[in-house]
Amino acid sequence: MTGEVALARPRSGWSRLIGFNLLTAVVLGIGGYYLGWFLGHHITGASVDYFGDTDQNDISVFLGYILGVIGFLVGLGFANYPFARLRGYPPSLREKESEGVGRYFGLCTDHKVVGMQYLCGIGLFFFIGGLNAMLIRFELLRPNMQAFPAGQYLTLVGIHGSMMMGMMTSGILGPFANYLVPLMIGARRMAFPRIEALTFWLLMAAGAILTTTIFFGGFPTGWTGYQPLMDQANAGMDSYIVFFALVGISMSLLGLNMLATIITMRAPGLTWSRLPIFCWGVVSTAILMLLAAPVLVAVLSMGMLDRTAQTTYFVVQGGGSPYLYENLFWVFGHPEVYILALPGFAIVLEIIPVFARKPLWGYRLAVAGLLGVSLLSWLVWQHHIFMSGIDSNLRPFYMLSTELISIPTGFTFICGLMTLWRGKIRYSVPLLFCLAWFFNFLIGGLSGVFLSDVPSDTTTHGSFFSMAHFHYTIMGGLVFTFFAAIYYWVPKMTGFQLNERLGKIHFWTMFLMFNSTFAPLFAIGFLDQPRRAVSYAPSLQFLNDWASVSAFALGISMLIFLYNFVWSLAFARVPAGANPWGSRSLEFQLPSPVPVHNFDRIPVIAGDIYDYGTPAPAPTAVPAPAGGAS
Amino acid sequence: MAETLTQSAADAEDVDHGRRFLFWWLGISIVATPLVAIFLGPAIPPGHGTVEAAGQVVDNTVLVAISTPVCAFVLVMLAYTLTKFRSRAGVLEDGEPIRGNNRIQVLWVAITTVTVLFLAGFGSYELVSDGAGGGQGPSAAFTPVGYQKALDVQVIGQQWQFTYRYPSAGGVETPDLVLPENTLVRFHVTSLDAIHSFWAYELGVKADANPGVDNIAYVTTKGPLTFHVRCAELCGLWHGYMDDVGHVVSQSDFSAFLAKEKAVYAPIMKYLPPYAKTYLPDPQQRAG
Amino acid sequence: MATTRKLSLVAAGIAIAGVLIGFYIAGYLVGNTPAYRPQAAAANQKTVNLVIQTVAAVGPQLAPNHPDWVSYLVRNKQGEWQRSTVFTVPANSLVHVTIYNFDGASGLRNPFLGQPQGLVGPELVDGKPVKAFAPDQPSHTFAIPGLGVLVPVAPVGDDEKNQCGYAPCAMSMAHHVTEFTFRTGEKGHYRWQCFVPCAAGFEYGFGGPMQTVGYMDGYVNVV
Repeated sequence: MTGEVALARPRSGWSRLIGFNLLTAVVLGIGGYYLGWFLGHHITGASVDYFGDTDQNDISVFLGYILGVIGFLVGLGFANYPFARLRGYPPSLREKESEGVGRYFGLCTDHKVVGMQYLCGIGLFFFIGGLNAMLIRFELLRPNMQAFPAGQYLTLVGIHGSMMMGMMTSGILGPFANYLVPLMIGARRMAFPRIEALTFWLLMAAGAILTTTIFFGGFPTGWTGYQPLMDQANAGMDSYIVFFALVGISMSLLGLNMLATIITMRAPGLTWSRLPIFCWGVVSTAILMLLAAPVLVAVLSMGMLDRTAQTTYFVVQGGGSPYLYENLFWVFGHPEVYILALPGFAIVLEIIPVFARKPLWGYRLAVAGLLGVSLLSWLVWQHHIFMSGIDSNLRPFYMLSTELISIPTGFTFICGLMTLWRGKIRYSVPLLFCLAWFFNFLIGGLSGVFLSDVPSDTTTHGSFFSMAHFHYTIMGGLVFTFFAAIYYWVPKMTGFQLNERLGKIHFWTMFLMFNSTFAPLFAIGFLDQPRRAVSYAPSLQFLNDWASVSAFALGISMLIFLYNFVWSLAFARVPAGANPWGSRSLEFQLPSPVPVHNFDRIPVIAGDIYDYGTPAPAPTAVPAPAGGAS
Repeated sequence: MAETLTQSAADAEDVDHGRRFLFWWLGISIVATPLVAIFLGPAIPPGHGTVEAAGQVVDNTVLVAISTPVCAFVLVMLAYTLTKFRSRAGVLEDGEPIRGNNRIQVLWVAITTVTVLFLAGFGSYELVSDGAGGGQGPSAAFTPVGYQKALDVQVIGQQWQFTYRYPSAGGVETPDLVLPENTLVRFHVTSLDAIHSFWAYELGVKADANPGVDNIAYVTTKGPLTFHVRCAELCGLWHGYMDDVGHVVSQSDFSAFLAKEKAVYAPIMKYLPPYAKTYLPDPQQRAG
Repeated sequence: MATTRKLSLVAAGIAIAGVLIGFYIAGYLVGNTPAYRPQAAAANQKTVNLVIQTVAAVGPQLAPNHPDWVSYLVRNKQGEWQRSTVFTVPANSLVHVTIYNFDGASGLRNPFLGQPQGLVGPELVDGKPVKAFAPDQPSHTFAIPGLGVLVPVAPVGDDEKNQCGYAPCAMSMAHHVTEFTFRTGEKGHYRWQCFVPCAAGFEYGFGGPMQTVGYMDGYVNVV
């Protein structure tokens, strides 16, 4: 820590509770909710016929949530800066960057603090989503368990899907890109530090709102929210709509911030052809986030109007069409799954050179692969609705465009494999997770070919096969690389090592149990079990039980990780040093933990960060930062 | 760049490792691919109960056979690399600075492109020839031969049951799906409320039931068959229980079935609306 | 910072997380209605009797969260009406069902479901057999699609006097009695539901109580 920075004297005791902080935010959030709820009841009352004899009032729920979120953000202090500017105070680029633990619990514009906030916040909701998965697999232990009421089972499925697809979209970009992109490109901050903090707190508000859906009766639609089921559903559906819209706003702002930062704030000498491949992954993902998420917000707004103002965007009898929803949703939804997958590609390509001690093989091909996936992912969305009957003559086109994606994806494979080829491989935990990516994504990608092929899709569509496919690509692709990134970068971020032995135990239980859970689901899907079905044919009980028991073991592997994380960082506290992996990347040339302002002098990049194997002394000419590099 | 400099030095040694890798990969592929194509492929569902289902099995066989060498490539390469190129314990040493190889890159791009184009072409051919049992909307360009004479069967999805109408038998409606053998059947799938998906598993048919849409799927039955019907699109509370059993029977049994259904459901026939491609009841219907 | 203090913090964290997880899971279990096992008429007889009623609104007494929702109720052994829709019945036996309906007509989305199906003997409305209902007539249906059972329930007319607003309804209020018998067959788990779009205010009349076990949906467990 750089103790030299002059700080305001911290207030002590209870007086610290007064002011713009998390407590105020929660109080104002709840207050805002009740204000909206009250206003909503006054707008419609119980007199409008449509609500005549139901006891739900969607307008008051929506108003409650929206005013609650506004109150939450105001309480955190997001309104202070705009008001200060209106009152004539001078502009500032950063604020609320005090030292101490308190900054992690409120609005802070230091990108490193936001990165850690993201890691813990997203981790929390990742575990809630995982808990839901455990409950789902518990219900499926018997063909007809009836442990949960049938409607609650659909809510479980819906929250699991929405939590994972919504919160984990920022799973890499939130914690790691926020923390690392400025360090990798030699910048002192992100382009828009306040927006950066806003994306995090919007996401937390969204996650909390989704969790409250169980108080409103849950929602029956799964994470896709198909119409007209959405129009029909309980008030719990409103939580889903507000949740996903907030996630969409957070995503597009995050993408905007990343693009602006990487385009405008690179250090001198860091040309596009020297940019770390992780940053290229962030660029390709951020493009998708920025452009796809607004479509989601738009389509959910239409759903909200259908549910409150009785518009008929999706009601056939009123001139609407469920196809409109399916199309708009998947125009967002397919880029969305690559928003999840692409950062995984980038992490694999970023980490492998460090542990193979070789330059990244085929840098330009790897970049082309990332950008190619990003581009092609816009042209494939109708493969999600091959069986829906919408303009079926387009199906050969979507079949072709979907299968074309395997070409740029193949670039990532060949670049990663050829980087390992003839390397001097060290089997550290981060590399193990990256190697698992090759296996998982291979299975996920090949099963995707079955789904993209219309004749095969006739059977596999909407079955457990497609469910197993996207768990192989998203859990096997994103979550494994998420853990690779944690084991690789958290020692840098915190300054303490994670236990290697526990990490390996975590890896092997997770890898084996992941495959043991999801491989049988391919068979279950081919054997006629549809997705999201609460009961199934008794003949499939053995395979389902196998998957369930493996899933519980997979859950235990996550607890091993949690134990390792808490034990290593809170109790063992073995210092990691500035560069525990011998990486040549710029972020590892800084001391651990990284000083508040990153670089005392902006570095000049003079070489290639992947220059392993050449006698060049340093890849980058980094002026010595304050505190001294170790 | 250092590329050209290291290229020649690397090439000399590459012969050894590269050839060994190729040997293992080709060897495993040549052995495994026919085994997969002969034993695994035909065993992949949905079976040979109808022409379309059998076509899907052919398709799955081709896909799984082509996947085998791809799978073998990555796994053999991983296994070879991970065993051969380990660093010595406790030593931080660098590998050779190989930054790329144009020949391998071009070859890789060419091979993956050809494979992908073949797969897309083959899938399209299978799709265009008979519709592959998938729902293809009211006006698809890909119709099987003799589609004009197909037997029309309407599938009505509602929350949460499928019922079936036979326009050729006076529009009789029944909760049981029975089809004649050796017949080209045209399913008209529609819904009264939410989106459902009519999945007749052993027939190799899946078509979404959308409100206000006449989604057509063709299937050519073969011999007698018992098949399972499920809903494959989340449609609300009882989605998981929306299943059914159907039968393909002989022509005479089919006629007898229709006659019986007409007799059993005579009381309700006078209340049924005339047969139509779609039904659009009032979305806000509720009296008391 | 002493290790003991950190350990106690972690222990407190685990305890809080455990409590929260417990509440979270309990949130999903809320609304799981208790199973009801109807009695056999006589000890050695293979017929069980099930007496249920349908009400337009379940009332605050039986469902404080959703007093406006339409619901089925079942008469328990003490002769009280309780809100349970999970019935446990013996295999290979006859179930005789009596439905007291206090609700008006809603009409069907699919007119085909206006004819009783899969019964042993006819459906009796106030003692008289009925072959089919006009599409706008049924008030509710009692349907077990897995067993092929479908019974439309006769409505209370709009002009009848002394209508029951919400439960509990007195037997002196306007109602009609629907009686029928069905055979259970082999052991298994089935769902039963109403096919009449009777959930007011929800699109297609199929939200809310129509999609919640304990109101217009339930299980028939044949054991």
